[in-house]
Amino acid sequence: MAKKTIREAINEALRQEMARDPDIIIIGEDVSGGAGGSGEEDAYGGVMGVTKGLIGEFGRERVIDTPISESAIMGAAAGAATTGLRPVAELMFVDFVGVCFDQIMNQAAKFRYMFGGKARTPMVLRTMIGAGFRAAAQHSQSLYHLFTAVPGLKCVMPSNAYDAKGLMIQAIRDDDPVIFFEHKALYDIADEVPDEAYTIPFGEANFTREGDDVTIVAFSRMVHIANEVADKLAREGVSVEVLDPRTSSPLDSDSILESVEKTGRLVIVDESAARCGLAGDIAGMVAQEGFEFLRGPIRQVTVPHTPVPFAPTLEDAYIPSPAKVEAAVRQLLDSKRRRMSA
Amino acid sequence: MTFSESQLLDAYRRMRTIRDFEERIHTENTTGDIPGFVHLYAGQEAIATGVCIHLSEKDYIGSTHRGHGHCIAKLCDVKGMMKEIFGKQGGLCAGKGGSMHIADLSQGMLGANAIVGGNPPLAVGAALTAKTKKTRHCAVSFTGDGGSNQGTTFEAMNLAVVLQLPVLFMIENNGYGEGTGADYAVGSKDIAGRAAGFGMPAVRVDGTDFFAVAEAAGEAIERARNGGGPSAIEAVAMRFYGHYEGDPQSYRSAEELKRIREDSDCLRIFRARVTAEGMLREAQLDAIDAEVAELIDEAVAEARAADYPPVSELTTDVYVSY
Ligand SMILES: Cc1ncc(C[n+]2csc(CCOP(=O)(O)OP(=O)(O)O)c2C)c(N)n1
Ligand SMILES: [Mg+2]
Repeated sequence: MAKKTIREAINEALRQEMARDPDIIIIGEDVSGGAGGSGEEDAYGGVMGVTKGLIGEFGRERVIDTPISESAIMGAAAGAATTGLRPVAELMFVDFVGVCFDQIMNQAAKFRYMFGGKARTPMVLRTMIGAGFRAAAQHSQSLYHLFTAVPGLKCVMPSNAYDAKGLMIQAIRDDDPVIFFEHKALYDIADEVPDEAYTIPFGEANFTREGDDVTIVAFSRMVHIANEVADKLAREGVSVEVLDPRTSSPLDSDSILESVEKTGRLVIVDESAARCGLAGDIAGMVAQEGFEFLRGPIRQVTVPHTPVPFAPTLEDAYIPSPAKVEAAVRQLLDSKRRRMSA
Repeated sequence: MTFSESQLLDAYRRMRTIRDFEERIHTENTTGDIPGFVHLYAGQEAIATGVCIHLSEKDYIGSTHRGHGHCIAKLCDVKGMMKEIFGKQGGLCAGKGGSMHIADLSQGMLGANAIVGGNPPLAVGAALTAKTKKTRHCAVSFTGDGGSNQGTTFEAMNLAVVLQLPVLFMIENNGYGEGTGADYAVGSKDIAGRAAGFGMPAVRVDGTDFFAVAEAAGEAIERARNGGGPSAIEAVAMRFYGHYEGDPQSYRSAEELKRIREDSDCLRIFRARVTAEGMLREAQLDAIDAEVAELIDEAVAEARAADYPPVSELTTDVYVSY
């Protein structure tokens, strides 16, 4: 086993699956790069280099550069998936879903149910999320909550390289449309990743820290912030459990409820949205299913209800920080102490 | 079409300001003090200028991720632009937008736009306002060869023809959308011809020739103001720098890059023509060069000295009222 970055882990998953199954194609803007230019082929391999090298191995017929036409890319992937291919389509930044949501939300997501169970649409949509790159309002959002709200779509957001490979292979082999969210700040995070192909089932949370005092649920990059806070508080004797659901649809509600039953306290850290986001969704589920476990209010640490700002001072304040998560945990623990002394 | 001496001096100043602004950002960016992504317009100055020379601040333009040149040609405040690009207070968008979102509605600048194909429908909207209010103003949508393939662009063109709106679709063909060649991505290889298919006059011009652009744009804008409906122009000019600053550009050859700088420098072409034909004197142009250099120096110094916005501004401006 070797250390591999998330970028390498996803690339390896794509390569191994494409070698196994000739029906798998990659389609998107600059997934190779250099088509029609005076220079080299594979000039980009995706803007973050995730699909680099695949055109050399699998050729132009299976690694397809497209015009800037996201509706056509997403729709072509959905149509090809329903008729015999297994496309992995790329939506460079999730923000660009604004120009192509119909093909995902009304088409790909609906076919199976709307056609009475007859259709299957085995496509993967790879897309990039996340603030922190000073990329401003139209290149920094984490819109996975929009997709999670759509029945028929499975939503995956790996936080580490091991999960990224196993979840990508699972996504490719899945017969439903899967949206695979890659956080731009995580591509260089490295972990031990097995060389052989393996899958991680959807809807199974990963406990990245075990603890008894407080549960933190976090997705994608926020898992690392939660871990940092857990490690810091552990040195003070506070035992924090961190749970990374890894997929928001399906959601491993059982694991979340089990953890809250044990700790009695829940903090949710979420980069998607302050309103109608994943934090609110999970808080609602726990309030309904696990109210009797709770020893204090559920705390949500989210981005504010604003677009993502450009200026460094503002963007840093926008992203949920370890300090904010720590404060939320301490508030919950303080309310315990207050009650015990009362 | 003839241009007065003052119009030519004005055009040269706009082009020179764009070039110096972009070359300065190219070097400032290496210090790491400019946040985020910048996409430079150097090489395409004659296009923005040849169009905007015909517009007043009451006419609107919509721009792209490569928007600095459009802003300067539309006479946005250069110092406010520089501050915005550095993410500082006093920036044209208060530091909240950055390079890809510079806007100045008081100058008729509807915003740079980080969504490819984001602005053509918006320009159509500005043209709808002009037509409804009978102002004789018009709108221009700047779009790239890459953006010309976006569905929003096609829809905007068709709607503009259906409603006979005063809008010019200015398609800047610089040969590439990111690392993908226009010859590959534009199926018909004829952007102007495709626009004509929607039912509007469309021409292809040399985008390194200010006079060619200005003439075609002047005609289209005149037609729009007179109720003649939309037009399209495909202007061809290559960008001098990468898609974004830091782009290794391996999709294009070193020879191609060298050729662009040597043979397709719109500023050099302009200078040669106006001096050879006795329209302007070298000394007049040199004086503008010196003034522009000073302006850019001041803009950078002021942007560097300015403060970042305070955190209290994070939650303002989401709604008009709270
Ligand atoms: C909807 C959307 N798709 C993709 C992108 C990523 N992107 C930014 S600029 C660009 C290339 C644009 O090419 P073109 O329109 O020719 O403009 P140029 O960069 O050449 O000025 C791409 C693909 C985007 N910003 N928005
Ligand atoms: Mg282009």
